[in-house]
Amino acid sequence: MDSNFKIFLKGIRDVSPLMIPVVPFGLIFGVLAIDVGFTPIQTMGMSLIVFGGASQIVLLQLFSGGASSLVIISSVGAVNSRHLLYGAVVSEHLSDLKLVWKIIISYFLIDQAFAISNEYLKKNKNRNRYFHLVGGGATCWVIWQSTTFFGIILGASIPEELGLSFAVPLTFLALLVNDFRKLINIFVIIVSGAVATFGYNYIPFKAYVIVAALSGLITAIILTKKKKLYE
Amino acid sequence: MSNWALIFYCGIITYLTRFSMIALIKKEMFNDRIREILSFVPSAIFPAIIFPAIFIDNSGLFQIENNPKIIAAIIATIIGVVTRSIIATIFSGLASYWFLIFLV
Repeated sequence: MDSNFKIFLKGIRDVSPLMIPVVPFGLIFGVLAIDVGFTPIQTMGMSLIVFGGASQIVLLQLFSGGASSLVIISSVGAVNSRHLLYGAVVSEHLSDLKLVWKIIISYFLIDQAFAISNEYLKKNKNRNRYFHLVGGGATCWVIWQSTTFFGIILGASIPEELGLSFAVPLTFLALLVNDFRKLINIFVIIVSGAVATFGYNYIPFKAYVIVAALSGLITAIILTKKKKLYE
Repeated sequence: MSNWALIFYCGIITYLTRFSMIALIKKEMFNDRIREILSFVPSAIFPAIIFPAIFIDNSGLFQIENNPKIIAAIIATIIGVVTRSIIATIFSGLASYWFLIFLV
């Protein structure tokens, strides 16, 4: 059986290629957070406490648009609801662990670490296999915190005319590129986007994100059901 | 609510989405149907950020004419679908946006 440290290192190695896109993402977050009015300490605190890239940028977007705290918090929860799925999938591999380890590992259960460790956990049955997830998560943690830091420093020197806030929709677009290949996903994307755009001025409390996301999910529920009927 | 309180609550809710399933729920409670629906969460929620940021200007008006963001987003989508690269998507979008606003 490999040592804990060796498995931890393997987690770092496996997750490394996925860290390349995290770098610009973290820089953009740091730059924008300062831009919308968070202090450097608050920005750093957000990366440390929330530690979830997409949701942190949603937070900034809604914050700068004047959304209420309740809407911001529930939108962050909605964006991160995908972690429920990750947790459910990896929980079978972690069921023998002490609570304190579950508490620690939960902090590191992020997209990239889940993506690579899910494969590893399925193939390896050694008792200490969860160190792979910790290795991947810790790597992402270091990259996210350091790029946030550099983004904060860069923030002051980036001119407004560059329109860097356009990087926000582009970043999310980039996270969807694989979904554009699937028909049901395209329908879901169009429904959600249309509801958000046309509801932007009419749905109160800037809750358009939640309403649009729910419309998209309902579309997914209907279409996947229809698809099964024809199969 | 202060910025710190906001950050703190967002942190708690994020942590709970990660911890709750690991700590409380057995895998069997998650059937394939729920799993299938949850896999659509990114497609359902990210467009709600993407579309208004492209189509609605700073004053809250819907803008479809003379809007370089639409063209840049289309180029980024095509590059993204072809290359499947996150970085290529972001930078092709930014590059075409800058090209359109500064050079055209």
